Amino acid sequence: MIVNRRSIGGATACAAMAFSSWLSTSAFAQAPSAGAATPPPQQLTDPQQIRQELDRLRQEFEAIRDSYGARLAALEAKLGSASTQPAPVPALPEPTAAAAAAPVSPPAQAAAQAPGQPGQAPGVEVPSGAAGAGGPQGSLPVYGGAAASSKVFNPDMAVIGNFIGTTGENSVESAPSLEMHEAEVTFQAVVDPYARADVFLSAAPEGVEIEEGFLTLTSLPGGLLAKVGKMKEQFGKVNTMHAHTLPWVDVPLVMKNFLGGEEGLNDSGLSVSKLLLNPWFFLEATGEVYQGNSGPFQTQERNDVSWLGRLRGYRDINESTNLDIGTSFTRGHNDAGLNTTTRLFGVDATLRYRPLRRAIYRRFMARTELMWSDRGQDTGDVSAFGMYVSGDYQFARRWFGGVRFDRSARATDANLIDRGPSFVVTYWPSEFSQIRGQYRHTKYAEGVTANEALFQFLFSIGAHGAHVF
Amino acid sequence: MKSRIFGAALLAVLLASANAFAQIKVVATTQDLESIAREVGGEKISVEALAKGYQDPHFVEAKPTFIIKLHSAELLIVVGRELEIGWLPPLINQSRNARIQPNGDRYLDASQTAKILEIPTGQITRAMGDVHPSGNPHYWLGPDNGRRIAQLIQKKLSEISPADAGYFAQRYADFDRRLADAEKRWQAAMAPYKGVKVVSYHRSWPNFTDAFGLDVIGYVEPKPGIPPSPSHTLELIQEMKRQNVKLIIMEPYFDRKTPDAIARETGAKVMVLAPSVGGVKEVTDYFKLFDYDINLVVNAIKQAGAK
Repeated sequence: MIVNRRSIGGATACAAMAFSSWLSTSAFAQAPSAGAATPPPQQLTDPQQIRQELDRLRQEFEAIRDSYGARLAALEAKLGSASTQPAPVPALPEPTAAAAAAPVSPPAQAAAQAPGQPGQAPGVEVPSGAAGAGGPQGSLPVYGGAAASSKVFNPDMAVIGNFIGTTGENSVESAPSLEMHEAEVTFQAVVDPYARADVFLSAAPEGVEIEEGFLTLTSLPGGLLAKVGKMKEQFGKVNTMHAHTLPWVDVPLVMKNFLGGEEGLNDSGLSVSKLLLNPWFFLEATGEVYQGNSGPFQTQERNDVSWLGRLRGYRDINESTNLDIGTSFTRGHNDAGLNTTTRLFGVDATLRYRPLRRAIYRRFMARTELMWSDRGQDTGDVSAFGMYVSGDYQFARRWFGGVRFDRSARATDANLIDRGPSFVVTYWPSEFSQIRGQYRHTKYAEGVTANEALFQFLFSIGAHGAHVF
Repeated sequence: MKSRIFGAALLAVLLASANAFAQIKVVATTQDLESIAREVGGEKISVEALAKGYQDPHFVEAKPTFIIKLHSAELLIVVGRELEIGWLPPLINQSRNARIQPNGDRYLDASQTAKILEIPTGQITRAMGDVHPSGNPHYWLGPDNGRRIAQLIQKKLSEISPADAGYFAQRYADFDRRLADAEKRWQAAMAPYKGVKVVSYHRSWPNFTDAFGLDVIGYVEPKPGIPPSPSHTLELIQEMKRQNVKLIIMEPYFDRKTPDAIARETGAKVMVLAPSVGGVKEVTDYFKLFDYDINLVVNAIKQAGAK
């Protein structure tokens, strides 16, 4: 929708150009055919006649070319300054009754407009001959002139590049050695006084897809905030984050085992959240409904939608330290059987420390997410548990160090447990780029151990909106 | 039954009248705006700031507690010029408060009438660092801009509460008069030091140096928002020696290491000025902001014997 908005502006300018060229061609195309009574082409047998016809066509062509040139010159002149000098007059054939009858109604009011009058739409002089041909007089509005100022309505655009390199052995999860993993293209703007829109397109080696694209209704009564579109579901913390905002190159194992990998729960649906105002802390309740076809969910029927509920509490312990705790629940149909469902329950806790005076040099964040997956299968329900716990510390203006420990059963078999630690170092050349290395040691349930080194280059160009805390 | 309805009606009337005497709830993004709003609004408003004066206003965390403050705000005053672009937009989005959205009637961009410096011309890219395309957002550090901000706030408050327009006008006139007096005092204190050359850490001070006649010849940051680099620091030291610059001014939220190293090399003095109200404990309002900074600058110039 946002993308359209741009082309709408462009289309106006194009329409103006097309319209003016239609004016000139119609005047020229009709005039000669009515004026010079030339025989139909199939009767041209005499070379003399053919030559005459060629000459006539050449003249006609030159006339058209001249008129285009004149029109362009006029436009340029108009663009350059608000000059009221009339445009060069193209050599026009004698006006005829047919041309005079040509209906040219739209610019009638424009003709009445005094050229170059301040406060009015910028105009361009109509070639004087046009009036004689029954065309408009005076000036035509230059619709393209508005295009420059309409750019202010273009959405904020940005591209975020994510390049990932992987070394080491891993026979369970393969990843390419060097990969331009994703280019995220974002468009963000206010739609109208009632809503804003955010569109994130993800161009990856697998193709282009809508990573997120949603409308946010910011002006609802009753302290409500609603979102409509395709979006990351509000399940826990990592699931809601874009790859470039994560403190790691990869995602925790529990995301892969329970929520369907890096993409996670990300579906088309509706989300409504409400602030539960109280004197003690920030409390927000969110209810969402989705198509039911993402991550572990798969629908067999249209009404197999998935549901999600989340309650999030937040409290400042002091000006530098705060605690953020949430619980999430979601339920949807899965692909295990005819009417089988998966239920996921999650608890997340984040402790942040960032001294205000040293905010650009020091920060610490400890986070954990615990998830329980209850997956209905024909052979009976599988109840599995997975979690990660991580810590990230900024030790200089540009340097961050982090560690994460993963442990997660598989959603399909609670006895298969993957686990392992990761160590991360991140360097920020600026706010707009980031270089990261990660050592990952994974013990898979199959008995395979993988030691990998991952590195990542992230870069952002354009105007990318700030992220939710 | 009848008495109950009557009671309810009475309660409603009481509530409505209580509301009429209630203060306008104002939220400002910085303590400078908070202070100026308080000057104009007096007891007719309640006002609180989101960012603290000793915090880098570019990098404030978008804490959910701010959402609650914005949710009930009847007026939001922002510095604008993209100063808060990294943290305010998501807070406003989540505020569930239609009136303080950037297109709403209770959103006031304080930079509208301010004198804005360093508006870039021509092509700008991020290779220039963290440039602000719509000009330097630290404009409140010119006292005349304080006056302009106050005037905007006076207008807005009068729109919100026309009954108190006289009150706000009177308070603005009083602020204006006191500011004019203070400006004379500040100018007099700085008059002997017109044209003194200084180096600043970030480009936070153009309105301040412009107002009081200091000459900024360089920055500790190689480019806005880019941390100091060894090569730039060396160049700066040489330039400071060449031009005999004896003063470095910086904000409290930056690391002193590089400025101190430069000071050792050049014999200059590092001054941590208050970039905002609340930047240091003593600076509790907009007047004290300049009192404090100018006092510090004058003393440092005297000590360093810079000319």
